[in-house]
This record gives sequence, C-alpha cells and structure tokens, in this order.
Amino acid sequence: MIRIESLQKSFQGSPVLRGVDFEIHDGETVVIIGQSGGGKSVLLKHLCGLLKPETGHVWVDDEDIVPLNERRLAPIRRKFGFLFQGAALFDSLTLFDNVAFPLREKRSLRETEVAQRVEEALEIVGLTGAGHKKPAELSGGMRKRAGLARAVVGTPKYLLYDEPTTGLDPIRADTINHLILRLRDRLRVTGVAVTHDMASAYKIADRIAMLHEGRIHAVGTPAEIQASPDPLVQQFIRGVADISQEVPSGNTTLH
Amino acid sequence: MTALFTRLWQALSDLLSQFGGVLLLFLDVIATTFIRRPRWKETIEQMYKIGWQSQAVVIITGAFTGMVFAVQTGLQFHKVKMDTAVGPVVAIAMLRELAPVLTGLMVAGRVGAAIAAELGTMKVTEQLDALRSMGTSPTDYLAAPRFWALVVGLPMLTAEAMACGIFAGYLVAASMLNIDGAYYWHNMLKFTAAKDVLAGLIKSVFFAAFIAMIACHKGFHADEGAEGVGRATTEAVVVSSLTILIANFFIAVVFNTIVPI
Repeated sequence: MIRIESLQKSFQGSPVLRGVDFEIHDGETVVIIGQSGGGKSVLLKHLCGLLKPETGHVWVDDEDIVPLNERRLAPIRRKFGFLFQGAALFDSLTLFDNVAFPLREKRSLRETEVAQRVEEALEIVGLTGAGHKKPAELSGGMRKRAGLARAVVGTPKYLLYDEPTTGLDPIRADTINHLILRLRDRLRVTGVAVTHDMASAYKIADRIAMLHEGRIHAVGTPAEIQASPDPLVQQFIRGVADISQEVPSGNTTLH
Repeated sequence: MTALFTRLWQALSDLLSQFGGVLLLFLDVIATTFIRRPRWKETIEQMYKIGWQSQAVVIITGAFTGMVFAVQTGLQFHKVKMDTAVGPVVAIAMLRELAPVLTGLMVAGRVGAAIAAELGTMKVTEQLDALRSMGTSPTDYLAAPRFWALVVGLPMLTAEAMACGIFAGYLVAASMLNIDGAYYWHNMLKFTAAKDVLAGLIKSVFFAAFIAMIACHKGFHADEGAEGVGRATTEAVVVSSLTILIANFFIAVVFNTIVPI
C-alpha cells in the first residue's frame, strides 16, 4: 500500500502540491486526473522518491521513503515499474538491452534467464522480434509499449504510468489501455496512472482521483466520478472551458 | 552601486554552488567506485570513445605544435648560434606544458562537449529519472565510467602528443633548419629527465578529472529543452577549458616546489 500524507512541493517559489493526502490500496489501479501543469506527474514522481517534498510523507509498504537517500531508496524503487511520458528508453541501447536493463542491474540472473524474460515481456506488449531495433527506429506507440515492457520485466509490485496514452492515435491508445488491464490481471500489480484522457481513465481505473490546485479534490469509482455533482469535476470530465456556459442536457453521454 | 554588488554576490554564490556541485559529484564517484562493483564494460566502452577515438585530433595537435615550436625557436636561436638547443627547448615545452595543456583543451572540446550533450539530453528526456526509478545511480552508471576512462585515457593521449610533438619537431629541425639530428637527440636527452615527463602526465590526470566532473555535472543539471542542453554543452567546454588553463599554473608551481627543476 502507498500512503501519501500532507505532501507539499513547490518549484522556484510556486507551489505545485499544497497538501496531498491519499491512499493507494494493493491490487487496485488508480487514475489521477487534473489540468495540464497541475502537478500530476510531480505527484507520481514522489511515489518512488524521484522527487523530494518540502513537507509531508510517502509511505510505501509502511516505510516512509521521504527521508531516505538515493542509496537507501534503490531497493524501494525496485518494487516499482515506471512508464515515462516519452517512454525514456536509453538511446544508446537496443530495445532488447533496454528491456533487459533492470534485470541485468540485479546481477543475480543468468543471461539465458534474462533473454527468456525479455522475450516474454516483449511478447506481452506485442513487440516480439523487434529486440534488435534502436529506440530511434521505433514509432511513438512502439516506444510506449517498449517502455511498458521495461517497466514490467522486473515483475514490480507497483506500476506507475505517466500519460500512457498521450500522443497516440485512438487505436494505439486503446491497445495501451488493454495492455494495462492485461498486466493488472496477469501480474496483479498495483497501478497508478496520470492522464487527462478520460476514455482511458474510465477504462483502466478502479478509482479516479482528481487533483486540483495542488490537492485531491475528488475521489471515486469511474461511475461515481461521472455522476458527481461537483461543477469542477463535471467541467473537467466533459472538457468544457466554462461549465456555466454549457447547456444542461439530460442525454449527455460521457463515453 | 547596490545593484552591482547584488549581481556580484549572485555571481559569486552561483560559482560557489557550481564548485560545490562538482566537488560533491567527485566525492560520489570515488565513494561509488569503492562501494559498488566496477562497471568494466561501460568503462572500456568510454575508454574507446574518449581515448581511442580522440587520437587523430591529439596526434595532429601534438605534431603541428612541435613543428611550429621547432621552426620559431630554430629561427630565433640561429641568430645567437644556439641551433642545437632547439631539441631540448621543444622537448621541455612539449613535456611540461604544451602536450598536457593542448591535449587537455582538445579533449575538453571534443569529449567534454559530447559528455555534457549526451547526459543533458538524457536529463531532459527523463532517461536519468528512468535510471533512478530502476534503482540505478546515474553517478554509478554514467559518471564513474566516464571519470575513470578519462583519468586513464588522457595521460595516454598526452604521452602520445608528447612523442608526436618531439618527433615532428625533430623532422622540422633536421629537414628545414639543417640542424644535425644527432645533436637534436643528444641535447634533448641531456637536458630532459623523467621528472619532465612526470610533470606533464600528473597535470593530465588533474585535467582529466576536471573535464569529466565538470562535463558530467553540467549534463546532469541541464535545463529543459534543446536550449538547455546547448547551454550545458557550451558551459562544460568553457568552464573545463578555463579550469585547465588556471589549474595548469598552480599545478606547475606546486610540482616545481616539490620536485625542483
């Protein structure tokens, strides 16, 4: 379980997180929604200690990771897989070596075992046979899938997805959504995704949390969020610039 | 006036902050080297990129510096009938100053820029965060192999530049200045000693550490976007080149105090 307590973070004097309190339970997939530049990715990076807050705590399996230095954070971070927005594949390595990286860093596996697990991970994301390619030779969707393969190859307990479907066409985006669901069911991982793609959020989330002005503004299941009377939530999920200008419609469908 | 002092204070605190950052990175590299298992594969790869692939630049720099130095000193010494002193003068200059400094500057330009650009790009494309998210320290995986590759490789390149400069100076002296080759070598060996070679090689070890740490620090702290990477690259070259030139003086003074000429 991950527990976030009174998390505050600012950059160059501008507060981004103003006291976030939230819990992520084992086995669930939580989607964090909110405006662009609202601190969603910042919050995600706090979960595995990539950023340090000014105040507050992040408990991962009952251990507060905020006071830990980089060396002591390393074993905690190995519980996580992280899909970065741009996939963040290492340019100098082939796709195979990228996916093999977290396994080779453990230094406890034989190369034949590494190769087998990499092939399995590539198969899960539908990239069998593409292991010899460099990241520059891959399309955006393939890079995202390769990033996902690298995130899951170490069989992490927690998977963090930063904008998993951004920049992809609807079909590719849906492929990623299916992959996330498949990973949750197959590997039983706890997932936290940051997105403003509501179609994706409804599809993959067990719970949706809305981050607004540096705080968690609303939390609920996809159905609860869709039915929420909160004007801010409605404005965001409908994607309207000014909710007061929207003509109410009883037949509005959100999918 | 107050504004001037504020700007000066800001510049001084920026300088101290940069110096502190580079020093902390250096200490982290040393600690990592002793705590973690050595990364031989990455270090050898970097030695190939940094050392082997810099040879052409270093050979040309060393050779032409030796040649021009032989021509200039030869023409001047000819006026006072000291032509045979060209050998020792070229050798001492190449061993103690020209080879270490010019090799350091060329490598700062070629390798320092490449390191800062590569690590800067990794920073802005979140590849450094990706490394950290997998429990791998960027210091361990990226900075330490580059540091050791430079610390081992730059003295070798400097030795190569020394040899090329002295030999090219000999060719010029013998062919263009009509100096007897035997006198060139004899006088050179008479007036040079192992400590002259050592003075140059010790300098190059310091220069290697400066280039590696400044370039890695600039890359790791590059600002967002292409402009940020460009600025980090430029700063890496400028700061490491200036550091080499300034440190050269102090290292020479300290070395001459410890090992008198």
